[in-house]
Amino acid sequence: MTKPGKQTQEPSVVRLAGSVDLEHAPDVRKMLLDAVALGRNVLVDLSAASYIDSSGIACLIEALQKARSTGSDLGLVSVSMQAMRVLELARLDMVFPIHDDIAAATANGA
Amino acid sequence: MNNAPFSLTEPEDTAEQLLELHFRASADRLKLVRSSIFAAAAMCGFEHRTAQSIVLAIDEACQNIIVHGYGRSGEGAVILGLFRRHDGILVRLRDFAPRVDPAQIKPRALSDIRPGKLGSHFIREIMDTVEFRPAPEGRGNLLEMTKHTGEPQ
Repeated sequence: MTKPGKQTQEPSVVRLAGSVDLEHAPDVRKMLLDAVALGRNVLVDLSAASYIDSSGIACLIEALQKARSTGSDLGLVSVSMQAMRVLELARLDMVFPIHDDIAAATANGA
Repeated sequence: MNNAPFSLTEPEDTAEQLLELHFRASADRLKLVRSSIFAAAAMCGFEHRTAQSIVLAIDEACQNIIVHGYGRSGEGAVILGLFRRHDGILVRLRDFAPRVDPAQIKPRALSDIRPGKLGSHFIREIMDTVEFRPAPEGRGNLLEMTKHTGEPQ
């Protein structure tokens, strides 16, 4: 039996690469919101993201809130030290589900 | 873009100016600027993690100019000066946008989780001092920030 609200589908995976910054935030926002619109849980793979700033964080927060408002969730995987530092500064490291990698995330039911 | 000659060095400065970057207030210039900031922070003696944080703080200050100062027009001049002091780094950031009222720059409460308004929080969290000074010639803005070595961030 499935718990209420529990996702049974494979999560959508969004891989962000390079600078997740003011310049690229419009594209990142669209990618994330498009993934959320699929109605499944979303995993954002940050393994190839070399830099993230407040603009990138804003995209993640918006997508997280959109996902949760529709009964799904959004988690982060393979978070770099730089990205983790930014999440900590924003006190968001306890808000986003954070996983070591995709396998760990799916094993945790993401 | 304002290309008027201008220097961020002041007569009473005892700090060594490492570089002065003049660039257009456009988001596509920031990657280039960030790499220079990281190198300068390393020259000032900051370890990798703190140098990355300094990059973030200055980047966010530049973004404030691009977004709020010049309204994302992609135009307007920014001048960034980085100085090595015996105890850390001195940053001067100059723009020619409408004057900023520092009292109006309020980071949002972090418990209020929503997109936006994190940049000013990052700046104040990372840097030791952040101060708007009177801009030379009475126009634009001059933001001065310092970070001391020995206080990892």
